[in-house]
Formats: sequence, C-alpha cells, structure tokens
Amino acid sequence: MLKGYSKQYCRRKPHSKFGGDFFKSLTFSFILKRRKEMGLKTGKQVGLAALIAMAVPLGLPFSANGEVFELSSLANLYEGVSFDHDMHIEAVANDCSLCHHHTAGTPPKDPTCIPCHKNSPEADSPACSSCHLMEPFSSANLAISEKNPLLHHKVKPGLKAAFHQNCMGCHQESGGPVGCQDCHAMTEKGEKFYNTGQYAPKPRKDTGHH
Amino acid sequence: MKKMNRRNFIKGSLAGGIATAAAAGKAKKASAAGGDFGGYPDSMGVLVDLTKCVGCRTCEAACNKEQGLPEPDKPFDDLSVFDEHRHGGLPRRTTEKAYTVVNRYNVEGREHPLFRKFQCNHCNEPACLTSCFVNAYTKTPEGAVIYNPKVCVGCRTCMIACPFYVPAYSYSSAINPVVKKCIMCYDTRLKFGRPPACVESCPQGVMTFGKRKDLIALAHEKIGGNPGKYVEHLYGEREVGGTSWMYLSDVPFDKIGFDMHLGKEPIISYVKDFLAIVPMVLCIWPALFTGFHLLSTRKQANKEESPKA
Repeated sequence: MLKGYSKQYCRRKPHSKFGGDFFKSLTFSFILKRRKEMGLKTGKQVGLAALIAMAVPLGLPFSANGEVFELSSLANLYEGVSFDHDMHIEAVANDCSLCHHHTAGTPPKDPTCIPCHKNSPEADSPACSSCHLMEPFSSANLAISEKNPLLHHKVKPGLKAAFHQNCMGCHQESGGPVGCQDCHAMTEKGEKFYNTGQYAPKPRKDTGHH
Repeated sequence: MKKMNRRNFIKGSLAGGIATAAAAGKAKKASAAGGDFGGYPDSMGVLVDLTKCVGCRTCEAACNKEQGLPEPDKPFDDLSVFDEHRHGGLPRRTTEKAYTVVNRYNVEGREHPLFRKFQCNHCNEPACLTSCFVNAYTKTPEGAVIYNPKVCVGCRTCMIACPFYVPAYSYSSAINPVVKKCIMCYDTRLKFGRPPACVESCPQGVMTFGKRKDLIALAHEKIGGNPGKYVEHLYGEREVGGTSWMYLSDVPFDKIGFDMHLGKEPIISYVKDFLAIVPMVLCIWPALFTGFHLLSTRKQANKEESPKA
C-alpha cells in the first residue's frame, strides 16, 4: 500500500523528457537533425550538445526509480553504494523533499528552501548530482558561485558532502548503517590511502617516547 | 691626523642626528604599514564547521599522501588515536610526520563528542614569519604561509612565536633538522587555484574553501541563519590579526582547546615599537658615546700633541 502511494508522488511520468523514449533518441544523428531546429550552428555547440547528451545517461539514477542502483560516480577509495531507492521512499514515509529538497515536486521541508520554492514543480532532473557538484571548490565553480547572489545555493555542499550529511543524519536517528564500510567497502586504493589492511604499518616496539 | 675640535664634533653629531632621524622616520612608516596590512585582499581561506566533523581522519590520510609524509604509526582508520595524550593530558599535536591531526573533545551537555581538526591557521600577519631571522617564511597572496626549508637553520624561534603551537620540528634528523608545518598544499594545489587535499577529501563537507572575505560573510550568514546552533563567534576572523582558517562551533571555543586570550592584535604589534628603536640605538649610541669619549679625553690629547707641534 505504501509503495503504491509512493509511486503516485515519486515515480517519473512514463513519457517525460527523461523517460525511455528520450534515451532511445540520444544518437548523434538525432542531434545533427535537430541542429537547425535548435539554432545550433557551430561545431563547438554541436559537440557540447553531444557531450551533454552522453553525460545524461550516466547521471540517470532517477529514471531508474524502483530499482537498486549504484551511487558510484565518486567511487575511488571506497566502492560505490548500492542504493535501494524504493526502500528509502518507504523509510522516509513518501516525503521526497527530505532528500530532494524542492526538486521532486513535493513541498520542501528545509526552511531555507520554502521562501522561494514553496510551490516549485518537479525539476527537470531531481538527481543529486544535478545540483550538488562533484568539485565544489574548483576555481571554475568558485567563480560561478561568487557571481550567484542566491546565498542559499552558494553554500550548498558538494556531492560527496551532500550524500554523507543527508544519509548520515538520518541513519543516526533511524538506526541505519553509519560506519564507513557498512555502506561501501574500501577499495585497494583506499587501503593504501588509509595505510590499513594489507598496507597497515608494521607494529613497532613502543619506545616509551611521547 | 685630523684634530678633533668642538666644530668637528658638532658637525659629526649633526650628521649622525640627521641619519638617525631618517632611520626613525623610515621605521615609523614601516610600522604604520604593518598595522594597516590585515592580510592580502584576495587571500583564500577555509571555513571549518566543527559541528559537522565525525572524526573519520580522512583529512589526515589525505595530508599524509599529498605531502609525501612518512608512514604513520597507526592506520588512518584506527580511531584509538583519539585516546592518545601527550604529557599533561594534552591532545595530539602536529608533528614532522603529520601536518594535521583530528582530536576528540567530550564536551559536557553535548550529545556526541566534538572532533576538531588542527593544522596551521595561516595567519594574515604570521608570528612565525616575523620571528624568523633568516626570512625562511613567506605569506603568499593566496593566503598560505609557506617556508623555505633550504634557508631554515632549525633555530625553532617560530615554534615559540606561533600562538597556536603549530610548527613541528624534524627531531629525527641528526644532520639537518628543520621546521615542518602545513603549507595549505601551496606547491601542489593552492598555487593552481585548487583547494587543499584535506578540504577535498572530507566526506562530510566540514571545510569550505573560498576567498577569505566571502567565507567571513558566509560564516556570519550561517550564525545568523541558524539561531541557537552556533556560538556567536567566528574564531580566526580577528584573532591575532585574522587567520585564513576560521572556525564555527556549537560549544564555547575555550572548551575545545581554542585559546580565547590571544587578542586581536597581530603578534608583531607587541614588539614592533621596540624593534623600531633598535636601528636608532645602533646609529645614535656609537656616535654619542664616541663623542663623549673624545670630549673627555680632549684636554689630555691636546696636551700630548702640543709639545710635538
């Protein structure tokens, strides 16, 4: 029963922009055909469009609604996280805005969002990565946020921080996993980075030195 | 030999006086400039929100790898280090092997322990820099306080001058021990506009990297926008003339090892008036006392010289 209710709120409309048809049409010829219509003239712009089109399927978690999918765009020291979206919809009692703030079409919870986004419709892409940047402090992104007069958006955490702050806060309250490796296993690169596992320092005699 | 008479003496002292006045004027100018400096306008900084740190020590590992530091004594995912204390029950500090450390503070009335990352605060007017007699230190326009280990003679004056007890010493080196500290990843990152390794590695987004002046505005927005969440103080905004690293906390700063008695003046301000006198003393005293000496021995000298003439 809960699930049915949740889908009413959270499932993407079958033929929306990011539905199956959209991905089928993501071919280069399609873009070339559309070039005139879209008013794209230079090769640079076509290239850019192609790049964006190719990047979109990689960040498609929300078209994979109802599935368990990998949050692996940041996987490096740790493996990606298998994220059961439906399970979490139940866990938050269908309150999409707990994680999606004002981008899921449900009324926002965060008091800082409410003044502007009280009645905001569902965003084109409610994926975390469409707002929370992978490299929030790169000089290019710093230059952009410097020009942004909307301070609330200026302080939004990067993608990694957004995941951890949002997940961990809830997990601590609701008894979800909170240990690093409860969600994602450490990779070999991670073991090297943390000097642990096979790369752990050899125990030395305590010299009594402080 | 030129005879020293009254006219020559007055001439000499006048010339000396003018030179001294010029030197004093210069010193005064320099000290005024020092007082107005207050840091480079576009200096970068880091805002640390201590309420967010969970004590995972990832920043320590990132620093170790970025700076090519030696292997740690314990793995970076070993949390037993929080129970380690130095003599006198003091928490861990920076060493030649670790330019940053995270310490745990059990604060009464706080649900969870508070974790505090500790590293060089990169002062606007660094005491280490002003104390260094070989000029090994530089405050870069990007905000980092860097040092040249090739110049460092290992005198450790900066370790005493630093109000935060940051610089560490390579005691392990018998031949060429030098001072070691966080350089805000200047060589590998900051110079190229990238944030320090610890900032980028933090899973919790404890640290925000940006222009120092923007971070101050942001911090005050955070304090004002979340009434009751933070103590109303941005540590590092004014302490010792301002630092590039600044801190927000939800418990009083003195309970988590921050020194609240440092004052707003840069450490150099306490000594620069005295230092301004030094060149004056060096100019006047030799001339003055040579004059006194010659004056007092004048009669004797005249007596000795007159029979020969």
